[in-house]
Amino acid sequence: MPVVTYICHDGAINEIEVASGTSVMQGAVDNMIDGIVAECGGSCSCATCHCYIDEAWLDKVPPASEMEKDMLECVLEPEDNSRLSCQITVTDELDGLVVKLPASQF
Amino acid sequence: MTEPCCIVVGASHAGGQLAVSLRQQGWQGRILVIGDEPYLPYNRPPLSKTFLSGEKHIEDLLIRPQAQYEKVGIDFLLGQAVTAIDRNKKTVTLSKGETFAYDKLALTTGARVRPLHIAGSELKGVLYLRDISDAEHIRQFIGKGKKAVIVGGGYIGLETAAMLRKIGLQVTILEAAERILNRVTAPEVSDFYARVHQEEGVQLQTNVKIQGFSGQNRVEGVQCADGSVYAADLVIIGIGVIPNTELAQAAGLEVDNGIKVNDFCQTSDPDVTAAGDCTNHFNGFYQRNLRLESVQNAMEQAKVAAAALCGKPIQYNALPWFWSDQYDIKLQIAGLSSGYDELIIRGDHNSSRKFSAFYLSKGRVIAVDAINSPQDFMFGKQIITGKLLVDKAGLSDPKISLKDFLNK
Repeated sequence: MPVVTYICHDGAINEIEVASGTSVMQGAVDNMIDGIVAECGGSCSCATCHCYIDEAWLDKVPPASEMEKDMLECVLEPEDNSRLSCQITVTDELDGLVVKLPASQF
Repeated sequence: MTEPCCIVVGASHAGGQLAVSLRQQGWQGRILVIGDEPYLPYNRPPLSKTFLSGEKHIEDLLIRPQAQYEKVGIDFLLGQAVTAIDRNKKTVTLSKGETFAYDKLALTTGARVRPLHIAGSELKGVLYLRDISDAEHIRQFIGKGKKAVIVGGGYIGLETAAMLRKIGLQVTILEAAERILNRVTAPEVSDFYARVHQEEGVQLQTNVKIQGFSGQNRVEGVQCADGSVYAADLVIIGIGVIPNTELAQAAGLEVDNGIKVNDFCQTSDPDVTAAGDCTNHFNGFYQRNLRLESVQNAMEQAKVAAAALCGKPIQYNALPWFWSDQYDIKLQIAGLSSGYDELIIRGDHNSSRKFSAFYLSKGRVIAVDAINSPQDFMFGKQIITGKLLVDKAGLSDPKISLKDFLNK
């Protein structure tokens, strides 16, 4: 099963097995990782699942839709590697993916 | 010495979050969540969208899988209804008589559909949509070319209509008021949704008074007071919900259009909290009591309630927000618009599917309906909570970024 590494803002490192077909957001929620709130349950409506994709993986994740890009401009502290984790589905190719979580989703 | 036990009554959005938050906030004792549905906490919004179409299955709806609850020691008793609470003995009783003792109690009993009791409402095929079993029941009646009549032009009715239309049914929406979304949006937004549904081939009738449902073994038609009859293979009624407050009321807790809670989600009993659709609470921004029907309120109140139960109270002070997905339209709503005295439209609501409606009261924005305009929603939230002054010309001009208002 692919492993996704979630690095919390305080530095805590969580290496989590996330089944292919599950979103990066769901992997965090399932494992009660603080730092991802996911208010809308993955429907690209709330921008509380914001994460930063590690540079090494940036061009390996599928590109963001226009809706996601619009939402991303409005998150707290957006960066070039910002993504909404509910829009990234884990696949075997993303085994080893590393994401950093922001200090806050609000 | 037995460990303390917190019982959570209700296993949906609020209950599931409350249990998890209890652990996250340091509750060491037992956590027992009792729910009357046979499922672990699941996402309700997809029921009127991707679950109805079959795109999602039950396993996809679960908010967290069983293994995760087991990992942190959260126990569930599912498919069981709590029928009574004894606050003196500090016990809850289930329908078969079993009792459980609690040290702390959380009520997350949610709401149930408002029923329509008229002639023929017991006929097969006259259905509601609130939970998984409702949605599965509806799926049995779905088929291309079948006729669906939706009673009620609120969000549930409209979302269901959109999904059934996408599947290929003939869809008619019957609304009692003079426009759909009558109580929650401005006429301009109602008109927009009416236009979109009609463009998608849905028949929409307003000012309708329904007298009964006709049919032999199952529903075949909807009869109206003006004599019109709408043929139907399936009727879905969506006319609102009623908060489940009976348990709280019988237990002597204060109830008034919901279980009354303070800013810390505590009821009139210090050992009992409540969260979600079942509560009535005071909102500081709107300076009035609210009963909200939203996932956001359920989740955030659940966290506040858990904090109170762990002796670390935090004040609940959040701007309500909602979303609705119909066809290719994402609607995001920030705030509550009732009582507005001015409406500013940003974009083209007459012939496009992208615009926003800003609701103002005494010159300040109190709510925004953003249609396929996520930035208007996100920045709108900040404008609302910051009570920021806005230049009305700028607000109505999509070429001027809302970010400019935030910097002033």
